[in-house]
Amino acid sequence: MKVRVDVMLKSGVLDPQGEAVRHALGSLGFEGVDGVRQGKVIELDLAETDPDKARASVTEMCEKLLANTVIESYSISLDT
Amino acid sequence: MKAAVLVFPGSNCDRDMAVAFQRAGAQVSMVWHKDDHLPEDTDIVGVPGGFSFGDYLRCGAIAARSPISRSLVAHAGRGGYVLGICNGFQVLTETGLLPGALMRNADLKFLCKPIDLTVETADSAFTSGYVRGQRITLPVAHHEGNYNIDPATLTQLEAEDRVAFRYTDDLNGSTDRIAGVLSGNRRVLGMMPHPERAVDAAHGGTDGVAMFRSLVESLVAA
Repeated sequence: MKVRVDVMLKSGVLDPQGEAVRHALGSLGFEGVDGVRQGKVIELDLAETDPDKARASVTEMCEKLLANTVIESYSISLDT
Repeated sequence: MKAAVLVFPGSNCDRDMAVAFQRAGAQVSMVWHKDDHLPEDTDIVGVPGGFSFGDYLRCGAIAARSPISRSLVAHAGRGGYVLGICNGFQVLTETGLLPGALMRNADLKFLCKPIDLTVETADSAFTSGYVRGQRITLPVAHHEGNYNIDPATLTQLEAEDRVAFRYTDDLNGSTDRIAGVLSGNRRVLGMMPHPERAVDAAHGGTDGVAMFRSLVESLVAA
């Protein structure tokens, strides 16, 4: 089963990279971009076929390694 | 006094840290990240600067989950001393031994230069060789030194006198200009500036000497 994890900085945390991208878009003439936040995508290919077990296992992976929950939030999407 | 300096793939300040400890009179062992235990009677573990595991995923994240880091956390749990510098500080926040997280510098630049710091507390084995309020100069060399901490934990750190060093001017966007923090038992210090790169006149400064001397003196006496 393929699983996708999106990791983003939490909403209250300033994202300097997103801000730099926003400025660059403005200088390219893209108007009206009020905010940019940059995150990362992690794709996992799991042997597990049960969606509930896969979600539980990936949640544990996120808590232990894939995200730093001090500053980041994550969301898990199963490719079913 | 016995110091163990951890070495990860990509560590590059491990030898500097070993020399700083040795010159202060410590016996130093280098410990590879795949080892699962520290040398017997280790008093302090040094987690050095560098780019452990190429900074993959997040700075310090992979190192914090390597076999030796379990022993590091156990050592701290027993009341052992730990000094994490630069990437070592990032590793310590990733293990949860210290609060907060280190993010990309606010101006997105890699900063490599001597900077001024204020010693915020002399109440620790790391900082007892300084005076509270003393200005010192140490080099920084980091891309992810922007210390981020939530307001509640910051209030707690301040109430418990656990901010060890502050940048005199905003350097990298760190909350409250924090450059180094202590654990609740004051035996774990993480800091972005490099005291081990300021222990010889040829380094351009010697303001780091007092830290290694006071550590060796305090831990020998303990």
